Amino acid sequence: MRRLVVALLFVTGLLALPAMAGDLGPVIPKATGVAHIEGNLFMRINHMKLMVHDRDMTVHEGDRQVKYSLKACVECHAVNGHDAQPVAVTSEKHFCRVCHDYAAVKIDCFECHNSKPQISSSALLKPEMPDSTEIAAYLKEATQ
Amino acid sequence: MNLPALKFSKTPRDMNRRDFLRSGAALATITLAPGVTLMSFGGEAAANADAGKRWGLLIDVNKCSQDCSACVSACSKENGWKLPENPETDAQWIRKVDLKDLLTGRESSLPMMCQHCEDAPCVDVCPTGASFKRKDGIVLVDKHACIGCRYCMMACPYKARSFIHEPLTDQKAHAPRGKGTVESCTLCVHKVDAGGTPACVEACNTTGNGAMMFGDLNDPESDIAKALLAYPSIALRADLGLNPGVRYSNL
Ligand code: HEC
Ligand code: HEC
Ligand code: HEC
Repeated sequence: MRRLVVALLFVTGLLALPAMAGDLGPVIPKATGVAHIEGNLFMRINHMKLMVHDRDMTVHEGDRQVKYSLKACVECHAVNGHDAQPVAVTSEKHFCRVCHDYAAVKIDCFECHNSKPQISSSALLKPEMPDSTEIAAYLKEATQ
Repeated sequence: MNLPALKFSKTPRDMNRRDFLRSGAALATITLAPGVTLMSFGGEAAANADAGKRWGLLIDVNKCSQDCSACVSACSKENGWKLPENPETDAQWIRKVDLKDLLTGRESSLPMMCQHCEDAPCVDVCPTGASFKRKDGIVLVDKHACIGCRYCMMACPYKARSFIHEPLTDQKAHAPRGKGTVESCTLCVHKVDAGGTPACVEACNTTGNGAMMFGDLNDPESDIAKALLAYPSIALRADLGLNPGVRYSNL
């Protein structure tokens, strides 16, 4: 519950940002590729749960077509440094650090996972966009 | 010699919550908050761990030579572990073992890695469930659940597992590794899930001596099952009755 409250406070803070003057919140770097159909707000609140779910799908079931692959996050959300190369999580510009530094969240994912995109990996393409009926069904489910 | 049968039994122990959920539910749903669920789009997900399969290796010790370690370097390259400077503590997903029969003087050499046992002692002793066997027989460490206690290393009769003592950077994206967890051969699960072959087998067949064979032990049409049927082979430490998925011939 405390989590949820923290997350909501954080998100409302972000939403209020444009209204406020200046540099209060984190400046979230732009991503490449197709945006999440769930929307940015949903991703801000739920990204950790989505990843944990899909992680188990990959590790235990061998499902490598999951939507919320950590490998894929760092690909689309790569941020380039001064050398025009993607920065690692050691840089405070890294996508996964801007918000976390701001909200004092510490994650251990990158002790094992590479925080930079790997040019060679091919499994990074997002699965095809669902068609409109699927989206409608999803939204119906979500608002119930 | 009496060999344990190469069978893959799906005991009730193997039936986990996810199997149960999957068996009933066509759509995977996650509960995000009370009343809010998220469906995963795309219908039936492509789960590659197939309970009908059992992946295994057959190693022809006659073909394996002492001066070749193509499998070891291929594994190290594929999975991003450094070739050990200190074999006592450094990571070793696969290593070469040289043997000498003291009576006859006959020398042989073989690669040694996780034997992907059906009744894996590492899985039995793991206090967190991090050591587990996939439905298709591949024994893995779920490093997300590994607390680094190393019971599994103690339990493994093949010394197939190692522990990461130092912090690491720039790991392979498909093989995350980090300090404080145990690891071992994954049978290149990331490649197998994509329909590929483990790096060691590939290397052995290209730059090595073609001593390794990979395949589905449960499929009577597979090369490996045919070879196992046609020629004698052994499981290492067959006396333990673990029914490993890795077999050796001409040892
Ligand atoms: C101790 C090492 C370790 C840590 C820490 C770790 N992981 Fe993993 N993770 C792995 C391994 C090993 C795999 C299996 C990779 C494979 O089979 O391709 C994996 C796979 C995954 C996958 C599926 C593959 C992919 O890239 O999509 C996801 C998602 C994932 N981890 C998320 C996380 C998240 C989120 C965190 C932090 C909360 C985390 N992991 C922390 C080792 C680790
Ligand atoms: C196919 C590319 C792609 C992948 C893969 C991807 N994202 Fe995104 N993500 C985007 C885009 C595009 C946006 C929208 C960015 C914007 O509005 O500037 C976005 C937005 C977000 C946001 C909201 C950012 C904000 O401004 O509020 C979060 C959080 C997020 N993604 C997390 C993740 C996580 C975690 C993963 C991995 C599980 C991931 N993304 C995978 C493309 C991707
Ligand atoms: C839009 C801001 C934002 C971005 C970008 C973002 N996160 Fe988060 N993340 C948060 C917030 C806020 C929390 C804490 C939520 C809470 O505690 O309820 C969090 C929590 C987490 C947690 C759970 C931590 C814990 O200890 O429970 C994980 C794992 C995580 N994020 C992974 C990632 C990864 C990986 C990325 C980069 C791909 C990322 N996040 C990018 C805002 C963000």
